[in-house]
Amino acid sequence: MNEIRGKVWRFHDHVDTDQIIPAERLISQNNNCLGDFLFERVRPEMSKSVSKGDIIVAGKNFGCGSSREHAPRAIKQAGITCVVAESFARIFYRNSINVGMLPIECKMEADEGDILAIDVQNGRIVNETKGMEWRFAPFPPFIKDLMERGGLMAKIREEKRCIK
Amino acid sequence: MSGSKTISEKIMSAHSGVEAHAGQIVEAEIDYVMANDVTAPLAFQEFETLECEPKKDKIVLIPDHFVPNKDVASAEQAAEMRRFVQKYSLPHYFEVGRGGVCHQVMVDEGFAAPGRLIVGADSHTCTYGGINAFSTGIGSTEAAAVFAEGRLWFKVPEAIDVRLGGNFRGLVSGKDLIIKIITDIGVDGANYKAFEFSGAGVANVPVSDRLTVSNMAIEAGGKAGIFPCDENTVSYIQGRVRGEYTPVAPDPGAVYGRTLEYDLGDLDYMVALPHLPSNGKPAAEVDVVIDQAFLGSCTNGRIEDLRTAARIMKGKKVHRDVRMVVVPASTQVYQQAMEEGLLAEFVRSGAFVSGPTCAACLGGHMGVLAKGERCVSSTNRNFIGRMGHKDSEVYLAGPAVVAASAVAGRIVAPEAIL
Ligand code: SF4
Repeated sequence: MNEIRGKVWRFHDHVDTDQIIPAERLISQNNNCLGDFLFERVRPEMSKSVSKGDIIVAGKNFGCGSSREHAPRAIKQAGITCVVAESFARIFYRNSINVGMLPIECKMEADEGDILAIDVQNGRIVNETKGMEWRFAPFPPFIKDLMERGGLMAKIREEKRCIK
Repeated sequence: MSGSKTISEKIMSAHSGVEAHAGQIVEAEIDYVMANDVTAPLAFQEFETLECEPKKDKIVLIPDHFVPNKDVASAEQAAEMRRFVQKYSLPHYFEVGRGGVCHQVMVDEGFAAPGRLIVGADSHTCTYGGINAFSTGIGSTEAAAVFAEGRLWFKVPEAIDVRLGGNFRGLVSGKDLIIKIITDIGVDGANYKAFEFSGAGVANVPVSDRLTVSNMAIEAGGKAGIFPCDENTVSYIQGRVRGEYTPVAPDPGAVYGRTLEYDLGDLDYMVALPHLPSNGKPAAEVDVVIDQAFLGSCTNGRIEDLRTAARIMKGKKVHRDVRMVVVPASTQVYQQAMEEGLLAEFVRSGAFVSGPTCAACLGGHMGVLAKGERCVSSTNRNFIGRMGHKDSEVYLAGPAVVAASAVAGRIVAPEAIL
């Protein structure tokens, strides 16, 4: 997941997990189709029109609210592999890393429908539509390692720390 | 860097075996990991990808969100939880009728105690900071990792020192304090940080109110909200706490990222208007007609909250255009309220009283809102669609304002009807 290129879905500050996926959808039979309910209360058309590789761009505190891991899973299952936000709520940030949805912290400019190209390895975001470019700080080594291994479960399996 | 530590740094150090300071990443031993009927199934799914025995004594499973099962899907989900409990013979499971809202059960059953490090697959796990624990919300995958290993990584948070002085006026309470704090610093004002409360005013905040304050630390993005352990704490947990515990106080000279000061006597009855907990205003300035009043949840569904509300409603009726829904937070609270005659008081006044569950707090069942309806609620979140239709509105307030508003038919401070 080093290069990501896609269309922007624009959101603003304090997008909470109840908006991302409402509580009534949090039942185990939906665990593999959470993407169908993405933002269903606030942007009901979105889940049907997302293309693979699309990117959510948001303001401050993205993913605030509940600890539901269903939120980053819903985003990923809908086909979005990356959210760029000015800042993230902490539980959402941890969950994203564990489910393989990339949370990039960066303050940048983008409007709905703009095309972005993100170079994850080198911390670079290009808004191709606007012809502008931003840099973001590399992930801390611990987090980078966790992501490269595929999240916490994969790490535990790999290190065989927990075998019957 | 000074050697002095905050409460957070001390609890992280004690559980990780290293000298932990803010900003450091540590791997720490967890005392208990909790999950509920919404977050546990995903955790089970992840856990089963490993091949290991769970750390049985550390796992606490509490169905509360959609129970008693509200439909077939939630029934299947709750059954999944029961099967996992049986498969591994887990000792700490609290069935419907013997449990209630997960965070209150964690307190009632004595899992939460001073100095402990507790995680839960529910964001309001930070509640137990009210009794001097470091407790915080995590995701389902992380819960599965703790089921397996009993350990988890943390970034040690920087602390915000919240100095309290004075005493509350009238029926102003912890809810009013925390809405005021969130309004002052914003819904991300404490992101990645821990609140630590201090000062002479702490002694004047009853432990049940401390639990309310800590419960809503997450509404400012806080990782934890921790009170010191004092005589009130010790007597509150006496008779419920399991095992030994070690109270933790900050070192003199501990370093805080920021200091906030509040005189409890200056606080008004507060209401957080839709759709963020940071939209706080004094209740007297909010003149809004309501359709429903909800009293319950892990925020304000404790016996002390029911007593406050019952005291206000005594001899009065719920306004004819309002439904009042009262949901004691746990079986123990329910029973106590029954013995004290509080439930009878609510029923007599025209309220609907339910057994313990999360109910409409998250729009699950028991009081979901229709389009355009407004609810004054003792819960912790007023996000868009939180209690029902996306065009419904939730106004957060303490138990006194909820009860008074139920009677008045509009949001009022209690003095307006007393
Ligand atoms: S009462 Fe509300 S906030 Fe508390 S655990 Fe239940 S749904 Fe969450």
